[in-house]
Amino acid sequence: MIEVTGLSKRYGTHLAVKDVSFNIEKGEIIGFLGPNGAGKSTIMNILTGYLSLTQGKVVIDGYDITEYPEDAKRRIGYLPEIPPLYIDMKVREYLNFIYDLKKVKFPKKPHIDEILRLVKIDNVQNRLIKNLSKGYRQRVGVAQALVGNPDVLILDEPTVGLDPKQIIEIRNLIARLGRNHTIILSSHILSEIQAVCKRVIIINRGQIIADDNPENLSNKLSSDHSLVARIVCAEQDMLDALKTVKGVKNVTSLGCKESNSYDFLIEPQPGADIRGEVFKRVAARGRTLLSLTSNRVSLEQIFLRLTETADNDEARKLLGITDGSEGGEKPVIEITDGDTVTVKAGKNQAEEEK
Amino acid sequence: MRAVFKREFRSYFSTPVGFIVLAAFYFFLGLYFSLIYSYGSPDVATVIVAMSTVVVFAMPILTMRLMSEDRRQKVDQALLTAPVSLTSIVMGKFFAALAVFAIGFAPTLIFEIIVASYVSVNIMSYIYALFGMLLLGSALIAIGMFISSLTESAVISAILTLVINILVLYMSSFASMVSVSWIATVLEKAAFITAFENFGQSIFSVSDVVYFVSISAAFLFLCVRSLDKRRWA
Repeated sequence: MIEVTGLSKRYGTHLAVKDVSFNIEKGEIIGFLGPNGAGKSTIMNILTGYLSLTQGKVVIDGYDITEYPEDAKRRIGYLPEIPPLYIDMKVREYLNFIYDLKKVKFPKKPHIDEILRLVKIDNVQNRLIKNLSKGYRQRVGVAQALVGNPDVLILDEPTVGLDPKQIIEIRNLIARLGRNHTIILSSHILSEIQAVCKRVIIINRGQIIADDNPENLSNKLSSDHSLVARIVCAEQDMLDALKTVKGVKNVTSLGCKESNSYDFLIEPQPGADIRGEVFKRVAARGRTLLSLTSNRVSLEQIFLRLTETADNDEARKLLGITDGSEGGEKPVIEITDGDTVTVKAGKNQAEEEK
Repeated sequence: MRAVFKREFRSYFSTPVGFIVLAAFYFFLGLYFSLIYSYGSPDVATVIVAMSTVVVFAMPILTMRLMSEDRRQKVDQALLTAPVSLTSIVMGKFFAALAVFAIGFAPTLIFEIIVASYVSVNIMSYIYALFGMLLLGSALIAIGMFISSLTESAVISAILTLVINILVLYMSSFASMVSVSWIATVLEKAAFITAFENFGQSIFSVSDVVYFVSISAAFLFLCVRSLDKRRWA
């Protein structure tokens, strides 16, 4: 559906996007993740034809964006970072304008009615956009992207400025739209990506440093499978005992989190499964093992670890991408399940609201 | 193009801009007409020619926000990512402004009818003057739009447009100050007022029409280029 090859964008002497390539299949929901200024918006602006490209090729559903801009643009609905709204228009009036502008073929009134209902702005349809709150404006922005029912939706930070309830609503809407649309969304809110995307492209300093599903990214980064054990014991005593378990590389105490017990972070040697051994050792000491959990890396930690590394090759190494030459590598791994994603999203959501 | 035209035209009247411009036109049209009428030489063409000064000052108000506002509010992202060409966006806006401008001169038709009911009139002199005014208007709108596309600020756009309008319209007045004869000739001949006054005196010359049309086309083209250039920035 979307093919991007060797995309570069230069602003004066500054190379904002460096040799970016990826393919997006029909029906995929992709998350662009990256710190501010990483090049997410630039890439999106190029995909939608708002900005030109310096080098490379962008093909939307078979139409090259530079050669057949109108055909390509017809297939895209775009919500930019700042929703492009004429604030002196009423909501319905504005959507009618977008409908005319995009030369949509569907019957006008039912189509606009449906969109108004879908993004839940039918109650404000006769109000001036300038009098709407940020959350509503954002939703009008989503609505204008949906006009004409384009196959591809590109949403740049769709939930910015919304309250938690609205965030969930928009997220559900995106998930629902994902059934029959190809969606790219960007965010630096990680829970959002985890909640709806089955594939994440992490962008840093204009380059793709990771392209995978959240599950795999997490696995790759925490390939050591470190464990967190909660044990009713004396701290120092147990620390020494755990250190001598076969296959353990390092043990650190995380302190007392629940009365009478201590938490320990146990890092195994690469490839070793130490869960059984740890259990046996604790039992042999006559102590009680309250819990033993895998210290999974959340997307948030992955993100920080990848983007804080000094250069992008370093980041790729973290992910075990060995052919770290500049450009060329496109680690596209298709997704088989996304069950665990939602579980994690719940956790992050809670963190975010806190 | 139709969608952009409709929106821009409506926006003139959902904000005070359209009303202010029309009010200014109607006030001065009425004033000039009553003055000229009371002097006993009821000629609507003279009224239209006298309006050129008002047009110079009203035009910046009409065009200042045309392109700059989209950019300031980031609405240009909706326009430029829609499946329409830059030319049709620019033309839609141009015709919206021209339509408001034309409505501004609608009362002259009433004047002409009033005059015609008393004395015999040369209808062609009225038509020439009106035609000349529309040509002048389209050239000034095109220039104003181009200036508006260069900036995000409506105020800068308005001031710059006003200065340029005065220059292009009245540069013939500076001709006498210039000692180099060919520059003086250029200033004299190229001034919009020269070509415009020909229409006012019922002198219809193809070269004047071509002059205004090509000025309009050139600046609309520059406006399209200026939009496109931002994509490459």
